[in-house]
Amino acid sequence: MDDHLLEMRSITKTFPGVKALEDVNLAVRRGEIHAICGENGAGKSTLMKVLSGVYPTGSYEGEIVYDGQPVRFNGIRDSEHVGIVIIHQELALVPYLSIAENIFLGNERRGRGGLIDWNKANAEAGRLLDEVGLTENPVTPVGQLGVGKQQLVEIAKALSKDVRLLILDEPTAALNDNDSAHLLDLLRRLRERGITCIMISHKLGEITAIADQVTVIRDGRTVETLSLHAGEVTQERIIRGMVGRDLQSFYPERQSRPGDEVLRVEDWTVWHPTQDRKVVEGASFTVRAGEVVGIAGLMGAGRTELAMSIFGRSYGRNVSGRLFVRGREVKARSVAEAIDIGIAYATEDRKHYGLNLIDDIRHNISAAALDKLASAGWVNDNEEIKVSEGYRRDMNIKAPSVTAVVGKLSGGNQQKVVLSKWLFTDPEVLILDEPTRGIDVGAKYEIYTIINRLVAAGKAVLVISSELPELLGICDRIYTLSAGRITGEMPVGQATQENLMELMTKEKELVA
Amino acid sequence: MTRTVPPSSEPEAQTATAPKDVAPATALRTGTSDVRTLITRNLRQSGIYVAFVVIIALFAVLTGGTSLSPNNVTNIVLQYSYILILAIGMVIVIIAGHIDLSVGSVVALTGAVSAVLVIRHGMPWWVGVLAALAVGIAIGAWHGFWVAYVGIPAFIVTLAGMLLFRGLTLQVLDNISLSPFPPQYGRIASGFLNGLIGGNGYDAFTLLVGAIAVAGYAVSTWRTRTARIRYQQPVESFPLFVAKIVAVGAVVMAFAWQLAHARGLPIVLIILAVLIIAYGIITKRTVFGRQVYAIGGNLAAATLSGVKVRAVNFWIFVNMGFLAGVAGVVFSSRSNGAQPAAGNMFELDAIAAAFIGGAAVTGGVGTVVGAMVGGLIMAVMSNGMQLMGVDQSVQSVVKGLVLLLAVAFDVYNKRRAGAAR
Repeated sequence: MDDHLLEMRSITKTFPGVKALEDVNLAVRRGEIHAICGENGAGKSTLMKVLSGVYPTGSYEGEIVYDGQPVRFNGIRDSEHVGIVIIHQELALVPYLSIAENIFLGNERRGRGGLIDWNKANAEAGRLLDEVGLTENPVTPVGQLGVGKQQLVEIAKALSKDVRLLILDEPTAALNDNDSAHLLDLLRRLRERGITCIMISHKLGEITAIADQVTVIRDGRTVETLSLHAGEVTQERIIRGMVGRDLQSFYPERQSRPGDEVLRVEDWTVWHPTQDRKVVEGASFTVRAGEVVGIAGLMGAGRTELAMSIFGRSYGRNVSGRLFVRGREVKARSVAEAIDIGIAYATEDRKHYGLNLIDDIRHNISAAALDKLASAGWVNDNEEIKVSEGYRRDMNIKAPSVTAVVGKLSGGNQQKVVLSKWLFTDPEVLILDEPTRGIDVGAKYEIYTIINRLVAAGKAVLVISSELPELLGICDRIYTLSAGRITGEMPVGQATQENLMELMTKEKELVA
Repeated sequence: MTRTVPPSSEPEAQTATAPKDVAPATALRTGTSDVRTLITRNLRQSGIYVAFVVIIALFAVLTGGTSLSPNNVTNIVLQYSYILILAIGMVIVIIAGHIDLSVGSVVALTGAVSAVLVIRHGMPWWVGVLAALAVGIAIGAWHGFWVAYVGIPAFIVTLAGMLLFRGLTLQVLDNISLSPFPPQYGRIASGFLNGLIGGNGYDAFTLLVGAIAVAGYAVSTWRTRTARIRYQQPVESFPLFVAKIVAVGAVVMAFAWQLAHARGLPIVLIILAVLIIAYGIITKRTVFGRQVYAIGGNLAAATLSGVKVRAVNFWIFVNMGFLAGVAGVVFSSRSNGAQPAAGNMFELDAIAAAFIGGAAVTGGVGTVVGAMVGGLIMAVMSNGMQLMGVDQSVQSVVKGLVLLLAVAFDVYNKRRAGAAR
């Protein structure tokens, strides 16, 4: 019998309409680093939310056994009480507070009379910083630290809570190579001290370098748990577990007839808007008329950043590189210019960036090309109704009329409104960022059909997705993106989920 | 398509994806005929009208009918016209997700500039009007620059403007009041069109204008309706449509009747009507107006749709400055002079009018007509309480509570709509 610190048994978690987790089992041995991997949306984060009590007992089925005892958590406080601390991908630090204040936030060290003894707190913070290998003064505001050091502050904060099980969600996603290596070193040291660690990561190199065991989750189910000590477990073996599912006739048929080159991007480099690192580095690619080109990349690879920076520099700073549409070099310095040039970008986050949810279908469809419906600034609203009615029928948007409020439509229908909006701008090239995220199977099929119709009409379509079967099902050609760099290109005939995933997880150099 | 739904995204997104289609399309072609659907669908809007009618009736009873007398109806128009003019600009500012705290000071400064030119320097009355409008526009451009191009929240910019332009008012006036204006200037806010085509004990011209307004309303709604039917959009049933026109017509004619039996048609009412119609159309039917709603509804989505957010925000504030200039002219005309403390707290009345009229605190929602009704609700309440001799302090308490309840109602409505989603 292994000595398990944590066992999660047959965890099933359902959201309205979707099973996010089904019969998931996870057993973590005391004092090990246990990695969890899976594609985006496989259910990793949901599982960790169940464990930490964000989803309280009763909102899921199954059992959690911690340190030999069945436990019931009704909130993060409960799980922290027994020493389970989760560090999320988006760090939860207050930038204007000092390191010490952040470490003891919500857990303040009280002295006499209930007042905080700052000398004691700062001294204790200094000791914790030593442990994680930070030399900063505890009174430094956290906002002055880089992301890598902020990550370490988070870990120091966890140590201050007497952590026994530390959960890290994509800890190195936002870090550069140096900081990543430093963090992994720290995790090894924590393991020597007996702290158990669960690490969610896409970076297989890191996992094979430091984890003891890895559990693979796919489509909300546990696939397998592999021990990394036996030595025969390679990255390829893990990838097979992550993607190993069947492709069925889920994608509509299409004849591929690529024409002239429509979009060419050369040596595209984008810097993070606030941090000192490149999000996209030297990316070059082309899209031809009548062609669906895929960009495969995991979360954090720079997919959306690449697309948005091309679309009128709506992301990042110091954007450099050359952009050609139909062979002519163009400058798209603003979204309005990009639309004029014939570029359309349908965002991955339609609720926040794509739609005005409190307005109706009609006004959303016309929003990006209102000038086409107006003369001298006056909108012809009858024409607008006619146009939007046309799209409602063509796209099969299920709504009583075009005056229906968009916020009340289902995800699939909202996505069709977004597509209608961009089709009405009459673009040369359509960039679709996760076009089927969060919509049901039937609506997905409809979206694929629409994409096929567009390329049949000679449009060029660039699809960004982290769902490999989707890309394999609808694309003619696929580029892979990893850490902001294009790491490969292949026609769909040569692509498999395995070789794509390998390129998607390819790192600049393996971590020490 | 036999396979099960893969959890293709994080659960946050999935909660929203549960298929929840609205009623099938076929059922809706017949139109929304029943009153209940219409009322519930437009609760936010119709609630205001119902409240307006109730408040009018309430004060008519409490004052024994005095509040609806011809002279009092005329007085309400004269007394609150400048607040309504400010509310037109304010609701546009609020729809875009901003606020303007400076309009009271701007009213004072524009009136003061006009008074200095006309009263102190003896220039013709229209020079004063043009100067006031120019100053208003310049101030609007100042605010627009800081909000749109520097990116400072409008709350701060216009709070600074409130202090700044109040101070400049004192400077311009040398801390003393100026009066009186020449009679032509006074006619802007206190003049009447009367007896142009005669009438026996009443002004026939006022009734004629009222009749033309009703006819214009009937024709334009009819054209909208036929166009919507042609484009196969849902419309209300015919009897309801007629009832709506008859109701609006009755209210307008009753209003005109009362005016005709007092002093005739106030000139300021004509100014106000032109502004309401013009801005009603601008907000609904122009690219600019639509972009205002887009920015307020979802700034990020508007930006990513190619809306030139900065330019739109800039012009929103220029427009607000222009309307504050108009209000400054009307107010200085009505008070027949300029005072250092003119326009104090006007911004709050204008903001309250917009919110009571259904504008959303978070932006993206609101109408010019709604703001007018909101302003009139405040006007009828203040006027009614004055007639009843209610103490000033109590009036303030009541107005405060009405504003709070109106916005609470809005928030409640939105939460309910969100839950139904």
